Amino acid sequence: MTISEERRTMIVSRGFGERRREPDPSLPPGQRTTEDFPVMSAGPTPVVSPADWRFSIATERGTAEWGWDDLMAQPIDDVTTDIHCVTRWSKLGTRWRGVSLDHVLAAAGGTEQVSAMIDCYGDYTTNVPIADLVGGKAWLAFEFEGEPLEPEHGFPVRLIVPHLYFWKSAKWVRGLRTQAVDEPGFWEVNGYHQYGDPWREQRYW
Amino acid sequence: MSGDWLPATVIDADWPIPTGRSLWVRVDGWPGNLAGQHVDVRLTAEDGYRAERSYSISTHGPSPVLEFAVDELPDGEVSPYLVHDIEVGDRFEVRGPVGRYFVWEPAQTGPVQLIAGGSGIVPLMAMARARRDSGSDAPFKLLYSVRGEPYAYFAEELEQLRGETFGIDWVYTKRAPEGWHRPPGRIDRELLEQLVIPAAEQPSVYICGPTPFVEAAANLLVDLGHDPARIRTERFGG
Ligand SMILES: Cc1cc2nc3c(=O)[nH]c(=O)nc-3n(C[C@H](O)[C@H](O)[C@H](O)COP(=O)(O)OP(=O)(O)OC[C@H]3O[C@@H](n4cnc5c(N)ncnc54)[C@H](O)[C@@H]3O)c2cc1C
Repeated sequence: MTISEERRTMIVSRGFGERRREPDPSLPPGQRTTEDFPVMSAGPTPVVSPADWRFSIATERGTAEWGWDDLMAQPIDDVTTDIHCVTRWSKLGTRWRGVSLDHVLAAAGGTEQVSAMIDCYGDYTTNVPIADLVGGKAWLAFEFEGEPLEPEHGFPVRLIVPHLYFWKSAKWVRGLRTQAVDEPGFWEVNGYHQYGDPWREQRYW
Repeated sequence: MSGDWLPATVIDADWPIPTGRSLWVRVDGWPGNLAGQHVDVRLTAEDGYRAERSYSISTHGPSPVLEFAVDELPDGEVSPYLVHDIEVGDRFEVRGPVGRYFVWEPAQTGPVQLIAGGSGIVPLMAMARARRDSGSDAPFKLLYSVRGEPYAYFAEELEQLRGETFGIDWVYTKRAPEGWHRPPGRIDRELLEQLVIPAAEQPSVYICGPTPFVEAAANLLVDLGHDPARIRTERFGG
């Protein structure tokens, strides 16, 4: 369809557009920036102390388990990144500290499988392809803007996979299981997209 | 499914509350929706500029006529247009229905506690209507928090639903009606302990409204012993 054809078939809302704000090219389509850090989760906030926190890494080679001290013993990255929530807010230049998933998977001897299911306290799950977890693209984060995570933002540890919509960046993580096929997690079963690329607006299935 | 943008025409509109509007909209090709789902709304200006927002649906079932209730955020972009400018006969687009989790289906027979703050009543109204329309006798209770009496959507229809197995508790945050038994104020632990179906009865809980309201209610209920797995939340932002 050419642009003029699209114009002709366009459904216009009479008189709409006076209150528009200029779109920002650094934002994926349909997103707006926020200065706050809105909370989005399916239910209430689980309470987990660092002392009780465990993270299990289950691959086809076996299972490893980390506690808080094991996480702290890893190389720690400072990460500055934009984040994009499917509910249409984005936050630019957020700063995190965490351990790259490259180290997490290496600790379990690596994997040949294609996908991982991330498990959380509070029974939330999400699926992420392995290719999106390795190569410095994903972290187990424990600090946001120089402070420990707030309880409602995942204390003590959350995943961040900032190049995908933020529901993939699961809060209160307690483990990952590699899987031979990319099975859907919680929101993915409940209507959200299997992959979730904000630049392609993969919000829902 | 939620793939295509569908044309929607406003067929009726009114102002049930001073700061919000209810819109009845006919959607061509609507596949039907479950109680509790929402749509993405897309508005297009004459010059092609577009904006999208999410709105819950207060109706349910196969009908292509959907009802929305929209609160005005005075400094917002889309809600003032929907509350003040759009008229019967005007068109926009919707995509949906969206959401498979924040839904109630008549096959669920257990007790249900609904908790709404302001326009958060919208998806819960769809659940109350689905219960009525299906003849379900699942025990329902609604706690509906509003600024004051004039700010309640669906007030009359809700009062008609009230009955032995459908309880309604109004919570007024700014001004209570003359002679009301409780001073105005926000929900707190004591109030929820008093009004919400006890944790021991294992109700399914649905909470919807502005994010701070939802957070407060959900955390207080967990504190009161409700199983987090039974609490479903929908946050409107703010
Ligand atoms: C699943 C879901 C269901 C919903 N259902 C309903 C419903 O049934 N009824 C309902 O009324 N609402 C509902 N909402 C909320 C709705 O989607 C909109 O967020 C709401 O109507 C406000 O939109 P707006 O365009 O008027 O405000 P926006 O323009 O989005 O602004 C929102 C606030 O942010 C500020 N803001 C935003 N961008 C900027 C900027 N660039 N610069 C400065 N300030 C800015 C505004 O000042 C305003 O206070 C729902 C939301 C979700 C996620």
